[in-house]
Amino acid sequence: MAEDASAIPVLRDLAQQGCKLIFTTSYGYMDQTLQVAGEFPDVKFEHCTGFKRADNVSTYNSKFHEGRAVLGTIAGKMSTSGVLGYLGSYKVPEVVLGVNAFALAAQKQNPAATVKLVLIDSWFDPPKEAAATETLINLGCDIVTTHTDSPGPLQILEQKGLHGFGQGADMSAFAPNAHLTAIEDIWGPYYVERTKALLDGSWASTDTWDGFKEGTVVIAPYSKDVPADVAALADGVQAGYKDGSYDIFTGPIYDQDGNLKVKEGEVMALGDLAVMDWFVKGVESAS
Amino acid sequence: MGIDFIIAAIITVVGLTTPILLAGLGELVVEKSGVLNLGVEGMMLMGAISGFAVTVFTFNPWFGVLGAAAGGALASLLFAVLVLQLNSNQVATGLALTIFGTGLSSLMGLSFTGRIVVPFLSVFPDSLAKHEYLQLIFGYSPIVYFALIMVPLTTWFLKSTRAGLILRAVGENDLSAHSIGYSVIKVRYAAIAFGGAMAGIGGCYFSMVITPMWAEKMTAGRGWIALALVVFAGWRTGRLLAGAYFFGILMALELYAKASGFSFLPSQFWAAMPYAMTVVALSFISSRGTAGANAPACLGKPFLPST
Repeated sequence: MAEDASAIPVLRDLAQQGCKLIFTTSYGYMDQTLQVAGEFPDVKFEHCTGFKRADNVSTYNSKFHEGRAVLGTIAGKMSTSGVLGYLGSYKVPEVVLGVNAFALAAQKQNPAATVKLVLIDSWFDPPKEAAATETLINLGCDIVTTHTDSPGPLQILEQKGLHGFGQGADMSAFAPNAHLTAIEDIWGPYYVERTKALLDGSWASTDTWDGFKEGTVVIAPYSKDVPADVAALADGVQAGYKDGSYDIFTGPIYDQDGNLKVKEGEVMALGDLAVMDWFVKGVESAS
Repeated sequence: MGIDFIIAAIITVVGLTTPILLAGLGELVVEKSGVLNLGVEGMMLMGAISGFAVTVFTFNPWFGVLGAAAGGALASLLFAVLVLQLNSNQVATGLALTIFGTGLSSLMGLSFTGRIVVPFLSVFPDSLAKHEYLQLIFGYSPIVYFALIMVPLTTWFLKSTRAGLILRAVGENDLSAHSIGYSVIKVRYAAIAFGGAMAGIGGCYFSMVITPMWAEKMTAGRGWIALALVVFAGWRTGRLLAGAYFFGILMALELYAKASGFSFLPSQFWAAMPYAMTVVALSFISSRGTAGANAPACLGKPFLPST
């Protein structure tokens, strides 16, 4: 479905067919979901990655940035140039968090690591993603991670003999050698949980933001190119998130201009993360 | 900033330019015959999936390119039947072709999603194609050389051959051409099919060279840039080549500016540049009066002979 007004009749149709719980799984369906939810107060809606809620509209999201911390750890340790590429879509909190988590985690392994950021103003534009990847490589990046949807960048990295990560799913089929690992978004358990809640009458409008601990964020198997010591570090980050001992957004954190934004020992609150609009030190970006 | 850096940047520009150059060249010939086909995006997608599918089945990218040309041409013939035989509105039919091509390519591509092919790269030996400097000349897919050869060939065809003269006559004054015995309809069929084939080859550059995979809507609007390019070029092949590289350089500059941390202009400005430059070029052309008005006189008009 296109992320425009054409989603409205489809949602209405689903509601009229008798669906009692409707998941709208992209940010671009936000206002359409709210509108149709207003017309069908007895139907429950679940909107993914949005921030508008109602009595019958919940929102749910995933802490993708926890996965980015794992990728950053691997990239920081494996990069020989210390210059990492980050190909993103738009400057929205999800991407900002991803960039910052990636950069901070890389700097834990290599304090001098920098992250070059290119935002291409699209979630999906394979030729532009490919060209942007070539650009980042030409500017010295030897590992490029993507926050857009196509496997195009991985295919460029494969041709150049460099490394990168899959986005949203295991993309190793597209680039068997370049693909180090991937962040996988696993929504199944959440769908089951919410459906059970509807059936037993406990459904309420909520705002869910799950991560490694709840199993929404999963890291794909590491490729053979990830050395054992790097894999152990990456596993450590995952384990830390699961038992609550690790949070990449722990101070001291400086912004791009070197101002101290988060004091030593402080951990950024979820509310602050949700609206984060500044990049950390070591991120080279145009905006 | 060394020479390697510049060579790598040029290779990126060539990659960005080649698909719009191919599709633009095809559309230029179509428009020269007096037909406006706004379905370039749809034909490029049909070419992308056809080329990819044929390559998957035959393991031969050369057949893949032929398949892409056939896929684009077949899609364009659908448009041709509607506008030439049934005199439907060209603008509306062209837009419909884009929507149709987008949908049909997605349907055809269902079973190809998630597969890859070997990228159709340079056929020269690695000592040339991967050479530090010589890759600037030898390091491209055969499709790139094909696009560059097609520019002078198309110029020669339009300017110096009898068939090219007839095609232009049909585009400038279809009734006169008809009255002295040329088949306007046949000429336009051929032009539209050529445009479709070129758009198809341009489309397969995405699915077979840049990112050797199939994904829905993977051309991501390049068909519209190709259309703007034809107008930008004032329907001249030489200018089309220059314009395609100009657009390609603009697209690469956007990425280089961002990756280097320059923020002197918002990125939306860069993305709008090809279209903005087309408006500027159009204004420039029309400000010079009739001398510069290079648009074929019958562009977009249905052919309705009295007899």
